[in-house]
Amino acid sequence: MRTDMMIPGETHGGGAVRSQTEQILQVRDLVVSFDGFRAIDGLSLGVNRNELRVIIGPNGAGKTTFLDILCGKTRPSSGQIIFTGSELTKVSEYKIVRLGVGRKFQTPSVYEDLSVMENFEISIPGTYGIAKSLFFRRNGRVKERIENIAEQVFLKDSLNRKAGLLSHGEKQWLEIGMLLTQDPALVLLDEPVAGMSTHEREKTGELLKRISGSKSIIVIEHDMDFVKQIADKVTVLHQGRLLCEGSACEVQSDARVIDVYIGH
Amino acid sequence: MFEITGLNAYYGESHIIRNVSFSVGKKESVAIMGRNGMGKTTLLKSVIGMHPLRSGSIRIDGTELSKAPSYDRVRQGLAFVPQGRLVFPHLTVEQNIMTGAEHSGHRSVPEYIYRFFPVLRDMRHRKGGNLSGGQQQMLAIARALIAEPTVLILDEPTEGIQPSIIKELARTLGALSKERGFAIVVSEQLLSFVLDLADRFLVLDRGRIVHEERRETLDQDKIRSFLTV
Repeated sequence: MRTDMMIPGETHGGGAVRSQTEQILQVRDLVVSFDGFRAIDGLSLGVNRNELRVIIGPNGAGKTTFLDILCGKTRPSSGQIIFTGSELTKVSEYKIVRLGVGRKFQTPSVYEDLSVMENFEISIPGTYGIAKSLFFRRNGRVKERIENIAEQVFLKDSLNRKAGLLSHGEKQWLEIGMLLTQDPALVLLDEPVAGMSTHEREKTGELLKRISGSKSIIVIEHDMDFVKQIADKVTVLHQGRLLCEGSACEVQSDARVIDVYIGH
Repeated sequence: MFEITGLNAYYGESHIIRNVSFSVGKKESVAIMGRNGMGKTTLLKSVIGMHPLRSGSIRIDGTELSKAPSYDRVRQGLAFVPQGRLVFPHLTVEQNIMTGAEHSGHRSVPEYIYRFFPVLRDMRHRKGGNLSGGQQQMLAIARALIAEPTVLILDEPTEGIQPSIIKELARTLGALSKERGFAIVVSEQLLSFVLDLADRFLVLDRGRIVHEERRETLDQDKIRSFLTV
């Protein structure tokens, strides 16, 4: 485990100091087809370091597929993905994780029979593999680090509860926390506030803004109030293509976006 | 018509559902509201038979269901749209919908379902697993509708669905319920959705029903106060 681990938010004073000029991710002419259907159809976009980007768009626009390609779960038919200088389209999934891309899927997938603490433990880098798992010890440093992250994701008082007993929203937080233990440079979140109450959504929004002080985040979301709360910039996808980009307010008042997505 | 009396359910030693009773009339829509972790999903799972009951009674038109397995409860008129969709990834969209039709006598997908969700008609030959999250949610609702339920139970049905379809979903579920004569029990966090749909609102707090209101006398601020900490 790295000892110089930066805890998001703490060292960046809530993201006050942001360098947004450098592009951490560049996507060029991406195409992917399923059963002859082009789920992503010539998509190009760039994401800056420490940017919080939100992707919206109709159901079936290709949002989740885009994240699948970024993390190597789906391979594109053509196109390029450059992440901090590495071309990702030919790299295997676990190597993409090691390069610093972390992904949370739509439905929470935590280990329900393990405690919250144990869920965090197994996501710490350096605990993978048989030998490392067998000789893993919950030393003071591990415990402190987990408690720190648990506090950020509002689960400090639930560390000894079984994850299966958490509510849906709390499971989402746990999964975000498990991602943070890996300290990725780019965090991909697919509908992170699904199943959360308004209050939990607000808390999650604050959490994501804090994280984006030291990481780039791509969030897929439908809740426009939440999008307005968090987004630096919004990308709208439609039929696998980029429909438009801009601030949450700009895209929300775009006639094309209202037509295909928000409704009248 | 549909009566729940004195329901108690546990997770291990944790008492999750505490003596919950409510009833739902024919064609009535009831929303179960409450913060996360208050037992909404457990309550719905207990009603459909996916979570064991410690005690209590579930009756539909007088028939006791609390001891019956899930498939019998479906046969007696309950249908469930679970949180997280649970569609069959390797079956086509059409096959997925038809899995709900076993006791309703439908040999093919009825027109009104495709009228409601045209995207499912367009994609009827594609595998369920290849649909987007929101499309899978529509598929899960279609699969429940084809069972021609007496009581349609939905756990957070708007999750993952785009805003324009959410608006339509509330209107159409309401209209279908009145037209086809089924009742709705829905757990949902999105207040605007249930305000469009529900006739009655129950608030669940730590496993108990602590508040009940009818649409006519609804005090939105009061409901909101229960939903925030």
